[in-house]
Amino acid sequence: MRHLLSTKDLDLETALGILDVAEDMADVANREVKKLPTLRGKTVINLFFEDSTRTRTSFEVAAKRLSADLINFSAKGSSVSKGEGLKDTAQTLAAMGADAVVIRHSASGAAQVLASSGWIDAAVLNAGDGTHEHPTQALLDAYTMRKRLHGDRSRGKSLDGLGVTIVGDILHSRVARSNVWLLNTLGAHVTLVAPATLLPAGLDGWPVTVGYDLDAAVDSNPDVVMMLRIQAERMHAAFFPNTREYSRQWGLDDDRLARLRADTMVMHPGPMVRGLEISAAAADSSRSTVLEQVANGVSIRMAVLYLLLASEGGAA
Amino acid sequence: MNFVIVGATLPDGKSADLFVTDGVFATEAARGATTIDAAGLTALPGLVDLHTHLREPGYEQSETILTGSRAAAAGGFTAVHAMANTSPVADTAGVVEQVYSLGAQHGYVTVRPIGAVTMGLAGERLSEIGAMAGSRARVTVFSDDGKCVSDALLMRRALEYVKTFGGVIAQHAQEPRLTEGAQMNEGALSGELGLAGWPAVAEESIIARDVLLAQQVGARLHICHVSTAGSVDVVRWAKARGIDVTAEVTPHHLLLTEELARSYDSRFKVNPPLRREEDVHALRGALADGTIDIVATDHAPHPLESKECAWDEASFGMVGLESALSVVQLAMVDAGLIDWADVARVFSSKPAEIGGLAGYDHAFVPGGTANLTLYDAAHQRVFGLGDLRGKGLNTPYLGRELPGRVVATIHNGYPTVLDGELVDAATVAADAVNYTSRNPSA
Ligand SMILES: [Zn+2]
Repeated sequence: MRHLLSTKDLDLETALGILDVAEDMADVANREVKKLPTLRGKTVINLFFEDSTRTRTSFEVAAKRLSADLINFSAKGSSVSKGEGLKDTAQTLAAMGADAVVIRHSASGAAQVLASSGWIDAAVLNAGDGTHEHPTQALLDAYTMRKRLHGDRSRGKSLDGLGVTIVGDILHSRVARSNVWLLNTLGAHVTLVAPATLLPAGLDGWPVTVGYDLDAAVDSNPDVVMMLRIQAERMHAAFFPNTREYSRQWGLDDDRLARLRADTMVMHPGPMVRGLEISAAAADSSRSTVLEQVANGVSIRMAVLYLLLASEGGAA
Repeated sequence: MNFVIVGATLPDGKSADLFVTDGVFATEAARGATTIDAAGLTALPGLVDLHTHLREPGYEQSETILTGSRAAAAGGFTAVHAMANTSPVADTAGVVEQVYSLGAQHGYVTVRPIGAVTMGLAGERLSEIGAMAGSRARVTVFSDDGKCVSDALLMRRALEYVKTFGGVIAQHAQEPRLTEGAQMNEGALSGELGLAGWPAVAEESIIARDVLLAQQVGARLHICHVSTAGSVDVVRWAKARGIDVTAEVTPHHLLLTEELARSYDSRFKVNPPLRREEDVHALRGALADGTIDIVATDHAPHPLESKECAWDEASFGMVGLESALSVVQLAMVDAGLIDWADVARVFSSKPAEIGGLAGYDHAFVPGGTANLTLYDAAHQRVFGLGDLRGKGLNTPYLGRELPGRVVATIHNGYPTVLDGELVDAATVAADAVNYTSRNPSA
C-alpha cells in the first residue's frame, strides 16, 4: 500500500489485512509498555486544514505507540493564500523529510491531489477530505463490528451477510461513503435511510438499499444501526424543516431503540448531538459501540501507518 | 504583403489557388506576391470566436489582449469577442473603447468587445448599453457571462432594450440558487466523489424561461455554452416555434466528459461543468443538425496557482483558443458528423452573423477582406504546453493526441501565423497600422 486515499479502491484482501494487523496492534495496547519500536526514525505529519481534535489525537497516539516522530502541522487559518495552501505546505513538508502525511481537508479529493501532485514523495493518508471519504473511520467501524461479532476469533473474518443501516445526512457524509464501499467489499449489506434531500444523486449505482423510513428500517431487524451526525444549520438550506421534525423522523429515540434486538449494535462516528440524531439512552446503552470505536480507532491507525511505512518497498 | 496561395483545398472540397492583394482577395496574383504552398492544406475562412475571456483590463496576470490575441491567431482565429467580466467591468463606453483600441493596435485578430448587460455584472441595473452600442467599439453583443442574468424581469427588460439597438443578449444560463457551491455535473459521479452537484436543470430551466421571454418580447437571444441534452431539446423546441434564438457549444463539451473529474485534477473544472457521455453525443448531434449554431471556445485563462490546489478551491475554466479547431476536427469532422463547409459555418460565418461582424458572410470572394487560415488536417500531434501561445496553461488536453495544425493565419490581408509560427508582435502591429490607414472606417 502506497497511500490510503479511499476505501473504494481497497480490495477484500487488503481490507482484511488492515483489520488483522489492527488486531495485533490492539494487543500492544493491552501490554504494560504500550509501545513498539517499529517506526523509529520515521516522521509522520498531521496536516489538518480542518479542526478535528478527536481524529488528530487518535493519529497522534497511534504514531507515538509505533515510536514514529509525530509533528502536528496546523494549517488552519494560516496566512497562505487560499489557492496556494496545499502546494506550499506540501513542499514545506517534503523539505522536512516527512515519511507520511495524514491530511484532513475541507475539499473533496485534497488527499488524492496531494498524493498525485508530485509536490511530495511521502505516503498520504486521508483523514477526511470534504464530503468524499474518511477511510480510517470506516475501517475502525468495520473492525468494531467484527470484534463485537467474533471477539478474539476475529482474524481473517469478513462481515458476510451483516445488515448495516446507516441513517442521516448521507449527502454530506464522508463517513457514509467510506463505509458503503468498505462494508460492501467485506460482504455486508448496507441500507441507507435519510430524507430524499440528504441523499446524493444517482444512488442507483451504489451497492446499497435506500429507504426514507427509519421505523421500517428499525423493524427490519438490522444487525447494526449507524447514526450520522446532523448539523442543525442544514435546516437553513431547506434540507429539513427544523431539528424537532428531523429528530422525530430520523432520530434514534428510546422507542426505536427498544424495538432493536438486544445485540444490535448502535454506532456513531462522533461527535454526537444527543437528543437530535440519537437519544442519550441510545448513546449510552449496552448496544452502543461509541467508546469501543474510539479505542479501535487507535489500533486501525497504527495498522495503517505500519502498513504504509514499515513495509516500504514491500508488498502491494 | 501580397500572397499567392497555391493548391489549397477549399471547405467544399475543391482545390483552388487564392490571391491576396492589398488586404483583399483578388482574381489573380499581384506582381512580387509571396507564394504559399498549400498542397494538402485546407483553407478556411478566418475563425470567429464569440466567447473569449481576454482578462484585460484588470486580470493581466491571467491574460492580456495581446497574449490572448496571439493565442487566437495561433488557433486560426481572425476575430474574437472579448467577454465583459474584466476589472473594471466592460459596462461603459470607455472600457469597451479601450479594449477595442488595444485589440486593433496589436493587430493579431479583430477584437470585438462584449458589453455587460448589468452594471458591474451585479444583476441589478442595466449597464449603458446604448452608449456602448454607439461607441467606436460598436458593441452588438451583451453578456454578463460568468454570471447569469437570473432576475426574470431584468432579463425581459434587457432583451427589449438591446433590441432597441439591434444587439443580442448572450446568456450564461445558470440558475444561481440551484448551483450554490456547485463543483461538477450533478449525478452518480458527483455523489461518489463528494463534490457538490451542478444539476442540468439549473441550465435548462433558464434557457426555457429565456426563449419564452424572447418570444414574448420579440427579441433575439443567444445561449452561451449549451452543455446538456435537455438544453438541446429546449433549444430545438424553441427554434421549431420560430423563436429567434441561437446557441453555442464549446469544443470541450463536444469531447470531454465528467469522468475526468475522478482525478480531482482541476484542469477539468469548468463552468458549465463537463457532463455525461449522453450529453456529449446530444451536443454533437445538435451541432451537426443545426440546433446548435456555432462553436465558441469560452477560452478562460487562469494563473497556475488558481489550478494547483484542491478541486473546490480551483478556478473554473480552460484555455481553448489554440486547441479549438483540432478538437472540433476530432469530435465532429473525423467522427463523420460534419464536413469542412460546416466547420466554416459554425466557426466563422455564423458566429460573425450573430455578432454582427461584417465581411464573413461569403468566404474568399474577390474584393472581400482577406481573413483565412490554412490548416493541415492530416497532421497528428500530442498536445503539449508548447502548443499554447497565451498566458494560461490550464488546458485539459495535455498529453492527448489531437489532429490538425494551423499552418498560416491571415488577418485583414496580413499574416499573423506563417509556417505554424506566430509572426512577431512588432511586424503584426505595423501591418495593422497600414491596414487601418487604408481602411479608416474599419
Ligand atoms: Zn459562461
